[in-house]
Amino acid sequence: MTKKDLGLLILILVVGAIVAIINPRFLLPINLANTSNLIGLFGILSIGQAFVIITGGIELSVGSVVALLGTLFIDFIAVRGMGWPVAFVLILVLGAIIGLAHGWLITRLKLQPFVVTLCGLLIYRGVARFYTADGTAGFAFGQNFPDLEFLTAGRSWGVPNSFFALIVISIVMWVVLHRSVFGRYLYAIGKNEEAAKYSGIRTGRVVMAAYVICGVLTALSAIYFAMYTRSISPASHGQFYELYAIAAAVLGGFSLRGGEGSLIGVLLGTVLLQELQNLVNLLGIPSSLNFAVMGGVILIGVLVDQQWGVFRARRRMVDAARKGAVGAAAE
Amino acid sequence: MNYSDTSIAATTPFLSLENVRKTYPGVVALDGFSMEVRPGEVIGLVGENGAGKSTLMKILGGVTTPDTGTITVDGTAHNSLSVEGSLGSGIAFVHQELNLFENLDVAANIFFGREPLRAGPLRLVDRAKLRDMVAPLLKRVGANFSADTQVADLSLAQQQMVEIAKALSIKARLVILDEPTSSLPLAETDKLLDVIKALKADGISVIFISHRLHEIERVADRVVVLRDGMLAGTLGKRDINHDQMVKLMIGRMLKEREKASEAARAPGAVALSAKAIRTPTYPGRPVDLDVRRGEILGLAGLVGSGRTELARVFFGIDASLGGALELNGRPLTLGSAADAVAQGIFLVPEDRKLTGILLDLSIAQNISLPNLPAHARRSLVSASAETATAEKQKKDLGIKAPSVQTRTGTLSGGNQQKVVLGKWLAMNPKVMILDEPTRGIDIGAKAEIYGLMRALADAGVAVLMISSDMEEVIGVSDRIAVMHEGQISGILDKDQFSQENVLLLAVGKQPK
Repeated sequence: MTKKDLGLLILILVVGAIVAIINPRFLLPINLANTSNLIGLFGILSIGQAFVIITGGIELSVGSVVALLGTLFIDFIAVRGMGWPVAFVLILVLGAIIGLAHGWLITRLKLQPFVVTLCGLLIYRGVARFYTADGTAGFAFGQNFPDLEFLTAGRSWGVPNSFFALIVISIVMWVVLHRSVFGRYLYAIGKNEEAAKYSGIRTGRVVMAAYVICGVLTALSAIYFAMYTRSISPASHGQFYELYAIAAAVLGGFSLRGGEGSLIGVLLGTVLLQELQNLVNLLGIPSSLNFAVMGGVILIGVLVDQQWGVFRARRRMVDAARKGAVGAAAE
Repeated sequence: MNYSDTSIAATTPFLSLENVRKTYPGVVALDGFSMEVRPGEVIGLVGENGAGKSTLMKILGGVTTPDTGTITVDGTAHNSLSVEGSLGSGIAFVHQELNLFENLDVAANIFFGREPLRAGPLRLVDRAKLRDMVAPLLKRVGANFSADTQVADLSLAQQQMVEIAKALSIKARLVILDEPTSSLPLAETDKLLDVIKALKADGISVIFISHRLHEIERVADRVVVLRDGMLAGTLGKRDINHDQMVKLMIGRMLKEREKASEAARAPGAVALSAKAIRTPTYPGRPVDLDVRRGEILGLAGLVGSGRTELARVFFGIDASLGGALELNGRPLTLGSAADAVAQGIFLVPEDRKLTGILLDLSIAQNISLPNLPAHARRSLVSASAETATAEKQKKDLGIKAPSVQTRTGTLSGGNQQKVVLGKWLAMNPKVMILDEPTRGIDIGAKAEIYGLMRALADAGVAVLMISSDMEEVIGVSDRIAVMHEGQISGILDKDQFSQENVLLLAVGKQPK
């Protein structure tokens, strides 16, 4: 755990303590369970985003993908009568295909990630609305999928299973990002893509894989979101989720220029964001101020981090100058 | 000095330098240098890479301060010039790398930041007036394009005309052209030389820096030759010819060729062979070149002669536009640098910090990067394997650093270069390409790098060394291939090595 992560964790605990003192309902099991469920859902989404951001890219279409794939999933199992495990795998494959398409456009046709995924944001939302004829996708009365519901929206020992899913995914992705050959390539490309290429890394393939990972994790979270809301109106479902994911990564210490950030960081970023949401509700702040609170906190967090960096760089310079002066005097 | 043009000789100089000296730590860049530029005079300035031309330009542009000496501009003596002072007294530069906004039109570029404004609080640009101001300038440089053309749509020579028009717009009295023709096709070069003649006719002085000596022959009134930071000589109009310039550039004291270290080596089999390779920069100039096992082939030539471009093709960064590559007699297809690395073809690139290493990664991480799967078990990086490889390279190469976990960004240039070498030596090189391997490196580290190259060659590796350092090329190579404007102009065997022969080939002439 880096110093940055530790600072974030302390911030989370301090904010939690303050909220708990003002409104003790914060610590009620039902509130904690609800919040951890949301952390699970948004965490899976944010980890996907983090893999793209580490390469210096960005994925703006994830909110629309959550809407489109969620709609399709419910349609597959509720209307078309597909077995849920089949539909589950199919949705993940569709997520992978979307990621592959984005990665291909970005690495082979050299389009900018922002542009490609912005178009994706518009296209997938449009397709989702067309698919349901601007209606709502949902389950018929009495339609039940006990196993699926247990895995996605159920609880074990009072803890939401979505939270367990996030923990499992986090462990796997931590190993991939911080211990695997692929993870090292991701960091190298994010730091300096040219130098990585000159070291014989097939940078195009690696970047494409990052978008595929993002697509698959987004698809998985789309299923979780769908089973959580149980009914989807594609015009609004998942709106702004890409911004939640990007915000979590940025709060967690990721640089949008690439090459910087840790898995623990993005997790803590997600936790802090959901804690803030919860704080708005519990402290009686008008929910219309929701976004303003989040934006404000992120801005302050990034500012403090950046100023801290400037301060340390200056101190290092002063130290070096002092050492240099001493060295010169000794000669 | 003898002037053929007496009318020029009679006038007082616009610019004169006296006894200018400039040192950098460990290097004397300019030493007691003096020269004069008279109004309406075209001076050709020549010298090898590193002779002190850039330092001279920096002093005239006000970017650096000379240690001693006097600079007299238009009758006023200065110890040094400032950037504003240089510009204010009418000295304008046209650099090899153009400083134009490609997304703006010609007029906007010429008067950027000095646009005529309409009356009123909105400070709108007076387009009509701007056009009127630009038209005569474009006419003077003989432009065949209009003021509202986008710069991106112009050819390189036309863009240079825009730069020169810009210089005229600030009422420049001395225009310094720094290798303006090195990236121009021949037809465009003629246009530029015509512009220089037009400037001269208007009484404007020109300093024309070029490696292309025949162009100097065509336009210069006088040639100033720099060598090792000193004035090697001045040639009057009548004495300007190719051989004279080359002789002055090398100097009478031809350095004794470094003795061949051992008995003549038996040439090995051809490792890397290029057959009619055409690089994207010089698509009309096919290159044939063989690099043999166990030899160091020096690749000499002037900056911009296409050496780095060739190395990029050999390393799979750029695709050749034609021809074929062979490795050990077998056809070789390279789609990327990864393909080259897989075949044992490695490149130590020219730009260490941008492409050679990742400054933010540690020594160990840089060294293992090209061969990471070999340092991993079941796709997971093994820190101990990585450290072991790096420790070995650190010891073998003498990399000076607290540990292999040190960030490479904190190392000196020489040690960074050793890290680049280390990452390839840790693998199994068949062909090693080194592009300016000792640039910006202190003498001690240089010698070590020469030793390493020789050891590689002795181990049967084919070594291709690109270098602009004449002594290095002659001292280290077993054979020297020289490039001129995208083509191999000749290959010298050890008994033909001399600075003069290399330089003659580099400017496209036959060796003696």
